[in-house]
Amino acid sequence: MLNEHAKLLTLIQQAGEIVGRKKLQKIVYIAKKLDLPFYEKYQFRMYGPYSEELSVRMEEMRDLGFISEVKEDKSSYHQFRYSLTEKGEEFLTISDFDFPNPKAILDDLNSKSSRFLELVSTMFYFEELTNEEIKEKVFTIKAKQNYTEEEVEEAFRYIDALRQSKVSESFAK
Amino acid sequence: MNGPFKKLSEEKVFKDPVHRYIHVRDELIWKLVGTREFQRLRRVRQLGTTYVTFHGAEHTRFNHSLGVYEIMRRMVETIEEKENWDPEERLVCLSAALLHDVGHGPFSHSFEKVFHTDHEHWTREIILGNTEVNRVLKEISDAFPQKVADVIGKTYDNKLVISLISSQIDADRMDYLQRDAFYTGVSYGHFDMERILRVMRPTEDQAVFKYSGMHAVEDYIMSRYQMYWQVYFHPVTRSAEVILSKILHRAKHLYEAGYEFKDEPRHFKSLFSGSITLEDYLKLDEAVIMYYFQMWQEEDDPILKDLCDRFMDRRLFKYVECDPSTQMKIWPELLQLFKEADIDPSYYLVIDSSSDLPYDFYRGGEDEERLPIHLLMPGGELRELSRKSDVVEAISGKKRTDHKLYFPKDFLEDESTHKEIKQRIKTLLMTQGG
Repeated sequence: MLNEHAKLLTLIQQAGEIVGRKKLQKIVYIAKKLDLPFYEKYQFRMYGPYSEELSVRMEEMRDLGFISEVKEDKSSYHQFRYSLTEKGEEFLTISDFDFPNPKAILDDLNSKSSRFLELVSTMFYFEELTNEEIKEKVFTIKAKQNYTEEEVEEAFRYIDALRQSKVSESFAK
Repeated sequence: MNGPFKKLSEEKVFKDPVHRYIHVRDELIWKLVGTREFQRLRRVRQLGTTYVTFHGAEHTRFNHSLGVYEIMRRMVETIEEKENWDPEERLVCLSAALLHDVGHGPFSHSFEKVFHTDHEHWTREIILGNTEVNRVLKEISDAFPQKVADVIGKTYDNKLVISLISSQIDADRMDYLQRDAFYTGVSYGHFDMERILRVMRPTEDQAVFKYSGMHAVEDYIMSRYQMYWQVYFHPVTRSAEVILSKILHRAKHLYEAGYEFKDEPRHFKSLFSGSITLEDYLKLDEAVIMYYFQMWQEEDDPILKDLCDRFMDRRLFKYVECDPSTQMKIWPELLQLFKEADIDPSYYLVIDSSSDLPYDFYRGGEDEERLPIHLLMPGGELRELSRKSDVVEAISGKKRTDHKLYFPKDFLEDESTHKEIKQRIKTLLMTQGG
């Protein structure tokens, strides 16, 4: 039952805690790009790839009491902190689906800033272009974020590393 | 006008029940409408299975695409009064509006869920690939198809242009709300579009709206809200979608298991095997799908046959409201009972959630991933809509999640077999449904 919800719960369970809606959006997108079986539909939005489906699913799981969503006020903005509740844990025990366990990748993604994940997911979004074209896209459509050459280069290296770990990771249950 | 931006010798018009007339002056637009990829949209209904609930909802993606083009044409006129636009930018807007849904297939929603395809991918393929659409667009310039694809993909460098076709208040939504209201016959989707267009003002990133026109914008937001719950997410339509998805799942499963269909499903083969080409995709339309559903009513597989009977003859699943957080306790028992009653729960016991048909309700606030609607105040400053409008504030970001459990009530009421098990199932479902 609700397998797509259960996958997200598993992801949050494996990550422990995810801080920020933007970060969650980008982690799921990148995981999807690494062939993890997420099927939320993404479109390009203000901060890169974004899934309305994922947003609604998270709201459903919050309303069902499967996840805790804590709103934290920062000085000029607020952010949301997500973690699994006991009810969410219980729900996972009755779920009947197979999901890989890429905890190392998720931990690594979760340790990055949402700004960096926004850049990485944007570059994944344009993966069919050449590296030069990707760079040009980043500097044009993400001009307001003022990404530097160094950040873009670091993101390229990170994407390569993710693809490598995707190959080497067992993805075993 | 000569060169790539040629005008027709005289204006062409399409009679339209929503906008009265759709005006075409540009040769490019006229040629795009005539392409085989665009004409295909005549054979794809705009609202998928909604016609089982609202019998008038037989309008197609073709009608809607022309409507979006017409609204865009009027928006561009408004902008041109205030800014000097490159003539190519104008044609980028019009072409993107016309072609924004060209990649939609039959019953897109269910197809995309089952086969993990994406109509936006096909839109891009049609615009950039070896197609009539691509050849017509290239008459403007070699770079022109890419520009149109980027606007539709929301990755174009001119954010204002993107916002006209895809934002919280855009040509796409303004057409489908009015058109869907007209064809379904409901009274919720109406708002004063002329007024909205009159108070629209272009800025660098998006179009904003003069404060004096706020009530027209409020009406539009209310109409989005009402149409979602009354039409788009209607539980009977969802039931038909559930059955449609299960037909596709069953047919795919049978194909993979080596089942011999009486009539070879050749239009589906590449979809089943995950190797669909653009040419295969363009051959799919609703007539083709309905042909197979009718053929599959004659199949020996009882599940495929029954599901197709249900879809064709409108014997839909019934539903109960469902709270998965309490239902998880009875779910294993329910699954087991269905199996014991010889009713395969993979096809006949389905939870459908609001996230299965995500709809972007208006949400105010500046931290969301899409720009909220901004009002242009008399002093020149911008204010987010929900901060000025009590009506919009009242419906912004409110609880909007919902789950329903669908099942074949007729199977459960046939107590000629497994009587006690079916009675127990009904008790569980009714307890669940309240």
